[in-house]
Formats: sequence, structure tokens, C-alpha cells
Amino acid sequence: MAILVDEGTRLLVQGITGREGAFHTGRMLESGTNVVAGVTPGKGGQDYEGVPVFNTVEQAVGETRANASVIFVPPPFAADAIFESLDGGMSTVCCITEGIPVHDMMRVTDYLQTKDATLIGPNCPGVLSPEKANVSIMPRDIFTPGNVGVVSRSGTLTYQIVNELTQRGIGQSTAVGIGGDPIIGTNFIEILAKFEADPETDCVVMIGEIGGNAEQLAAEYVQREMSTPVVAYIAGFTAPEGKTMGHAGAIVSGGESTAEAKSEALRRAGIRAATNPSEVADLVAEALG
Amino acid sequence: MDLYEYQGKELLRKHGVETLEGIVAETAEEARQAAERFGGTVAVKAQVLTGGRGKAGGIKVVHSPEEAESAAQQILGMDIRGHTVRRVLIEAGADIETEMYLSVTVDRAAKKPLILFSTEGGVDIEEVAETNPEAIVRLHADPLLGLLPYQVREIIFSAGLEGDAAKGVGKVLNNLYKAFEELDASLVEINPLVVTGDGRVLALDAKVTVDNSSLYRHPDIAELHDVEAADPQEQRAQEADLQYVKLDGDVGILGNGAGLVMSTLDVVAQAGGEPANFCDVGGGADAEKISTALDIVTSNEQVKSVLFNIFGGITRGDEVARGLLSAIDRTGIDLPIVVRLDGTNAEEGRQILAENTPENVVTEETMLEAARRAVELARDGGR
Repeated sequence: MAILVDEGTRLLVQGITGREGAFHTGRMLESGTNVVAGVTPGKGGQDYEGVPVFNTVEQAVGETRANASVIFVPPPFAADAIFESLDGGMSTVCCITEGIPVHDMMRVTDYLQTKDATLIGPNCPGVLSPEKANVSIMPRDIFTPGNVGVVSRSGTLTYQIVNELTQRGIGQSTAVGIGGDPIIGTNFIEILAKFEADPETDCVVMIGEIGGNAEQLAAEYVQREMSTPVVAYIAGFTAPEGKTMGHAGAIVSGGESTAEAKSEALRRAGIRAATNPSEVADLVAEALG
Repeated sequence: MDLYEYQGKELLRKHGVETLEGIVAETAEEARQAAERFGGTVAVKAQVLTGGRGKAGGIKVVHSPEEAESAAQQILGMDIRGHTVRRVLIEAGADIETEMYLSVTVDRAAKKPLILFSTEGGVDIEEVAETNPEAIVRLHADPLLGLLPYQVREIIFSAGLEGDAAKGVGKVLNNLYKAFEELDASLVEINPLVVTGDGRVLALDAKVTVDNSSLYRHPDIAELHDVEAADPQEQRAQEADLQYVKLDGDVGILGNGAGLVMSTLDVVAQAGGEPANFCDVGGGADAEKISTALDIVTSNEQVKSVLFNIFGGITRGDEVARGLLSAIDRTGIDLPIVVRLDGTNAEEGRQILAENTPENVVTEETMLEAARRAVELARDGGR
């Protein structure tokens, strides 16, 4: 099993004819993902690599029964694309776009509560279940199927850690990049719950960073609700206060948002916390026994 | 993007929040003239993008134009937590009866706007939260519905306000929330919000932070960005669309992806070194971009060695290696550069570097080894 995306995923790509959308659609197809439709307003009737392109999500769903979407639409139009996906009945929506205004995202996440859907991102690398479905911009070559779930606020740091796992012969069930923005559709806790419920995930790696307090909330959840072991890593110990470190959400603004505070909360909750990415693989190996 | 007090106040006034009359001065002479215009008592306030200016001596209340001039003389050029004061705001005096606190922020965990109101104003709100949490009223607005009239009443009654003050604060609350929405702000804070002897409710200070991602739809606000106040290297990086933050150490750092670069900084610190900067070159092996990034990182005089940490995902290691070689060639940098390439086609990339390595470039296989090496090289003096 995997979480969020698997062999049953019928994927729709919003912004399929744009540069990023087209490039990554090619890669998702190569990974064997069932990409059933694309949407670019005004380009309906065309096709891209054999995938039919529609003007609206409604048309695409009507014709292809798509059940998940991935969004490569530029920031000014991305919130609208998410609303369209949610109203189109998608069960999983993955928004890759970086730079969506925070107020747009507050409205989106508010509306999301009225829907039975999971929004991953924005500003995220997506979701990948090795050899089942690739709804992401992640390099699939570094993955191998297995029993470790990965959830992360960062892209390349996830690749780094997944690669170390793979090199040690430890495979992954699903890797989820939840995104580096201040307001994201799904936080650690919801993903941790899905991994906890997944019988084929035996250990979870949680990769956090400075900004907000999502890691503290996750730590409490792990302690209270989870039997699956969790290994964590937090980046940004050297980040100065008040400076955005690349990700819009990675900013130290008050005591709770520092890497120290987060690591302390993890340790208090009895979670194994690595001090550098390489150590993560060691701790996972230890947890798996 | 943080705005200066005088800019924030101007925006708030446009949204119907009353402030005192103020004039911005860049010289002591201008400060004197401004004080003459107002007559009587005025406040001379340092304009800096950081807190704690009161404690640092950046705010002075004076009683004559001459005093205003000498206060401005002292404040202009002053360094407040690393920020040089280049402007002061001269404000007319006010007859203050009570001081309160009001802000609207983005609550990341709740994913909603959070309104904080307190009848204890003029002091650090985090301090109030610790010492007297009951003095703070907290309320979330629904981003789709906005701030509802009953919520405004709830805040006012919970705070125990009555009469003119209740009415005045209610109006400010509504207007401030509208400003928060329309400005795409991540923070609007009035501390203190005051009630004057004649019953007016005024914003005595204003802190406004506008979400960077929304600046494309607020060109007038984007224009307020103070180029002079920015670090020159950070400014150049911004223009080149690179994520760069200057730090105090001597190990220059470049990498791809915010998380990986943050982690690289940490590993360098763990190896006993001090990172000189954060620099995310993003995905892609574009020699142009790597050149610019290398140039910015090494234009910091303190940098003694450079650590280039790349994890090839979509970007392949061999492309990165070629991009890096071409960038070194172009910029002619002779500082020691430690390269760590991993991920897709890392072997090939390392091979390319091994065959064509300029003398100042060394490669390492792991992040830890690369960090240790870069720290050693910086310690040996670098250039």
C-alpha cells in the first residue's frame, strides 16, 4: 500500500501545456503514472504526449474520470486552479506552484474544509509512491519501493535523505512534500495519520525546518497517537531571526519557530531526531531493527 | 516586505485609521522646520525596519524646534540593531489617556487571520502574553467571510470597553481588518492604539508587513522597497532572482533548494565553521546563474572558502559540473572551492570535475566530508 497516490490514481495535469507542466508530465508518464487528462484554458482539443487537453476541469473529469490533479499554473492563477480542482471533485490535489499570495491560500484552505479532498502544497515537490504513481517533480531514480514513509517541508533535502535511504537498501512507501509556504493545504499531522493507518509503512521520516510550529504540533501527535516509529530532522539551526531562508515559510519570528525549539519538542516527545541528513538513515535502520 | 512606520501609517490612513499628523525629515534642519510647523511638544522617531528603537534611544519627546533639531541630530545616523537611521518622523504631540494594543496577523497553524486586542498597550505583547494572558483577546476571522460585526462586538465587550472608546476601537478594528485584506498584509500592528483626552482613537505606531508573494498585484507597495537599506549583496541577489541571506562567518555556501542549503549551513556549523551566507541557486545548472551566485557569495570580503553543495534531482550532476566549471572560468575566482555532488549522474559529474579541475577546486563525496573540508580551508586562510 501507499498513501495518497497509487495504481488507482487517474491524474489530471492543470497547466499541462506550460514549460514546467509539459516537462514534468513527460516524466510522470515515464514513471508509469496514469495521466488521463490535461487542462489549459483555450487549448482544449489538443493533446500532449497522447494525453487529451481540455479547457476546464469539469470537461476533463466528464471525459476521463480523473480523480487526482497536479497543478503547474503560475502564482496569480494558481488559487483559482485549486478551487476548480476542488469543485471538480478531485480527491487529491497537488499544487507545485511557488509564490501564491498568502491571502489566496487562506481562502483556499478555508474552502477546502467543506470538501472531502486532500490538498498537498503549494510550493511543494508533490507525492511519489515508488513504482505506483508519481504525482511530483521528484527524481524517481533515487526511490525504491519499501516500508518507510517520508514527509517533508523541503524538496532537495527530501531527495538527499531518500537517496541515503535507498543507498542503504531501505525503500519507501510514499514520499510527500507538504510544501515550504506559510499556509499549506496539509500539514505533518494529517500525513502522519495516513502513514500510521498504512499497514505497509513501518517507519516515518519527518523533515522539518524553521518557521511556524507545525513540528511541535506533530511531535505532540506522534507521542499521543502513533505506534509507528518516527525519525525526524530539522534544518535551519544557523538561520538568523527575521530572514526568509529561501522558502516563504522558513523564517524565525519568535521563540517557537526556531530549529532549537522544534528539536527540543521532538526530543521531549521521545522522537529520534537526527543532527544531519546522513544520520537519518542510521536512525531509520535502527528503528526498523 | 516590512514597511517603515511612516509608510505603514500612510497606508492605514488611506483605510480610515486615524494617526497623528507627521512629517518625515532626513536632516536635523528639516526636523526643526517640521517641529516649528506643529509647535509645542513633538515626538522625534527613528525610522528603522526593526523593533526596540525606543529602548535604543531612537524616540525622543521634545518641547521646542531647537530640541527637535538636536534630537534629530542624535538619532539620524544612529545604529539600531544593525540598521542605520536615515530618516526620522516628526509627530505632533497628543494628550493620551489610555494605551491599547491591536493587530491582525496570519495564524499559520489555524490558517486564518488572527486578531489580537489588549487594553495593555505600549508594551511588548509577547511580554503581556506571558505575564497577563487574560489581558489579551484573541479571535480568528474567517478568510472567506471577513471580520463579522458580532466578532467586533465580542472583542470590544470582552475587553470591557465602553462609550466613545468602544465605538472608536470598533471602527479602527473594522478598518484595520480591511487594510489587512486589501494590502495582502501578513501583519498589521498598532502598538499603542491610544484614546486621547478628547475621545479620539489614534494609531500612535504602525507596523505593516506585506506578503512578498502578493507584491505583483501591489506595484505601489513594491515601489516602497528601500534599496538603500538592503545589504548590497542581498540586493544584487534579489535582482538576479537568487535566494541569498548574508551571515557573519567565513565559509561561503551555495546549493540547490532551500532545505538542503539550510541543512548545509547547519552541517558547516557542526563541523566547527561559520557560514558566511545562505544562497539557494534553485534547480538548474545554468552557468549564468551559478556565475552570478558565485560572484555574489565571494564578493563578501569575509569569505575564505566556498562550499558548493548540489543534490542532482531533475538537474543532472554532469550538467551541474559543466555549469560550475564554466562559472569558475568566467568569474576567475581563486578561492578554494569544495564541491559535493550527489544524486542523479553524480559519478559523471565528479568525473568531469576530476578531469578538468582548476587548482582551487576539490571534490568530496558526502555533505559531512565536504563541510569539514571547507571549514579546514577557511581556517587555513583561504585567499
